[in-house]
Amino acid sequence: MTVLEQPGSSRHKSSLAGPPPSWRPRVDPAPLLPDEEPYRLLGTDAAARLDSGLLTRLYTQLVRGRRYNAQATALTRQGRLAVYPSSTGQEACEVAAALALEERDWLFPSYRDTLAAVARGLDPVEALTLLRGDWHNGYDPREHRIAPLCTPLATQLPHAVGLAHAARLKGDEVVALAMVGDGGTSEGDFHEALNFAAVWQAPVVFLVQNNGFAISVPLAKQTAAPSLAHKAVGYGMPGRLVDGNDAPAMHEVLTEAVQRARRGGGPTLVEAVTYRIEAHTNADDATRYRSDAEVETWRAHDPIALLEHELAGRDLLTDAFVSATRDGAEQMAADLRERMNADPELDPMDLFTHVFAEQTSQLRAQAAQLRAELDAEADGHTDDAAGAEGSAEEARP
Amino acid sequence: MTTTAAPATARKPATMAQALTRALRDAMADDPSVHVMGEDVGTLGGVFRVTDGLAKEFGEDRCTDTALAEAGILGTAVGMAMYGLRPVVEMQFDAFAYPAFEQLISHVARMRNRTRGALTMPLTIRIPYGGGIGGVEHHSDSSEAYYLATPGLQVVTPATVEDAYGLLRAAIASDDPVVFLEPKRLYWSKADWSPDAPTEVAPLGRAAVRRRGSSATLITYGPSLPVCMEAAEAAAAEGWDLEVVDLRSLMPFDEDTVCASVRRTGRAVVVHESNGFGGPGGEIAARITERCFHHLEAPVLRVAGFDIPYPPPMLERHHLPGVDRILDTVARLQWESDWTEGRGA
Repeated sequence: MTVLEQPGSSRHKSSLAGPPPSWRPRVDPAPLLPDEEPYRLLGTDAAARLDSGLLTRLYTQLVRGRRYNAQATALTRQGRLAVYPSSTGQEACEVAAALALEERDWLFPSYRDTLAAVARGLDPVEALTLLRGDWHNGYDPREHRIAPLCTPLATQLPHAVGLAHAARLKGDEVVALAMVGDGGTSEGDFHEALNFAAVWQAPVVFLVQNNGFAISVPLAKQTAAPSLAHKAVGYGMPGRLVDGNDAPAMHEVLTEAVQRARRGGGPTLVEAVTYRIEAHTNADDATRYRSDAEVETWRAHDPIALLEHELAGRDLLTDAFVSATRDGAEQMAADLRERMNADPELDPMDLFTHVFAEQTSQLRAQAAQLRAELDAEADGHTDDAAGAEGSAEEARP
Repeated sequence: MTTTAAPATARKPATMAQALTRALRDAMADDPSVHVMGEDVGTLGGVFRVTDGLAKEFGEDRCTDTALAEAGILGTAVGMAMYGLRPVVEMQFDAFAYPAFEQLISHVARMRNRTRGALTMPLTIRIPYGGGIGGVEHHSDSSEAYYLATPGLQVVTPATVEDAYGLLRAAIASDDPVVFLEPKRLYWSKADWSPDAPTEVAPLGRAAVRRRGSSATLITYGPSLPVCMEAAEAAAAEGWDLEVVDLRSLMPFDEDTVCASVRRTGRAVVVHESNGFGGPGGEIAARITERCFHHLEAPVLRVAGFDIPYPPPMLERHHLPGVDRILDTVARLQWESDWTEGRGA
């Protein structure tokens, strides 16, 4: 017998009327919903209002970025980098992320976002330390306000939220922009970060670069959501859907989100619809999971070509400008190549230097062991070379 | 009857939980960068009331009720530490900390190392741990071995009211992350104590000899210390004069105090609640063997929890190391008997 069939069940009528009035809708979801189509500027009438200075700045960075990706990929073939996850095709997202931030703001890149760090002004060699393998992180994050390139997926997102929250508690108008891929949106840390950010109204911008695949797994197997930008609504923050290959559109949307966060408006989730032209890394075979035809359709929607079209329409794509931009990028690549072709100087004793502020007795003992091994190694070498170079004593540092 | 104002250093009965609260309060008062955060730490004052009154005194920005999300709590604390704060995070129960393991292991433990010291993690993760309070599943784990297996983490556990205050202050002051394990069955243990008394704040990594003795050393920490003290008193009646060493911090591990004691007594038993296989006792026994082999009159023995998932509360007394099991093990240290495999009479 169900409750409804019980005699005298009319007494329960009030409980069937729905939750008591203490329940109420908390936020109107309509303004949080993303547009149906990715936001675009290039090729639309709205492009006319764009500032030419901004367009040429974006173009210069895109060209440099593409050259950087090509050079880094070449360095993996020479064995100079252990691995390189290329962002070719996604340069507009990378560049826009960097340019939307002010100096006081923080960038939280994932492992594919070297380019965003370089566009923010980081030394291209320092940005590659992790991927070369001489140390896990090659720069001072505080100095550049760039968190270490994060290898675990989405785990840097809560860091961005915590940092932005702390800055606001201290009264600093600092915004954190955190980057993640489409695959990373399935991780628990993505959820927890967005939830914390919205509850705290933290000044954070989440940038999802939806490049179609998490290594080989396509978006359709990653999520059943209408779009990744739609996920924002569930947390109570606005979601924006943008053409990730339209550099000015990316720049405009991210800049608006950053400004909104700085004003105290809370977090925004931005989904950039883009495509990874290269494989996941040099170790991946992309032909196993996608067709050449698909790649070609995206090549036709290339971020550099799209911007060139706009620049040409404004008579800004002069030979002089194009060659100056290319020369600048070539120079950057040549410098990168030259410096990466030198073996880094490593001190094995660094292994023990940065574990704790104060070394434990166990680490001191292990450091002494390694020191002795290194000394023995050096003695061995100097013994071999003693005839040619003098005594072992002199050869010691 | 005349009344006189009690001197500021008067020592009154206080519980370990109260000493922890006072440590948090004093740390927050001394340093505005100290922030307490976690589920239920604000209005409720924590399920064990350790954060009681902090939100009222310091405001919700400094003692923050967070969403129920351990990875989010610890992950945001990492970002706060990157911006110069000293977060003190509460994980409500031992097993509730597991969702935060990725943040702990992949970021908290290695941020200093990854960035060559540019970014440090001066954060304290408070975790009520261990059994003996009749908790249902997931409320009684001794998870210290997981933390010890991760380089870059300090692992601290107080066993006395005074240490609860001193070690928590030291943990919060540390520039490196500390997993601060609070033995929850000692929360209501009492001692005459006053934070105003000139208490020495113990630096992390120093063990304490809680009882002097000459026949054997019991090496223990946290919830097992009172059990070992009781066992030592009982053993005295049987002619065993046991020394009891309280490690206080498992990492840094105070090898010198442990080895000095074992060299004096020639015999050692390691006692802890967590399972023996893969537990801290194996590591401690190995180190004693390596450094004190010629002083040992018997193998280093262990009294640990069984190698089982933590049992339901109605059976936990069979699992937890008790006085009798410690005494039985001490008896085996005579090393004249036939108990060893293959060498017996």
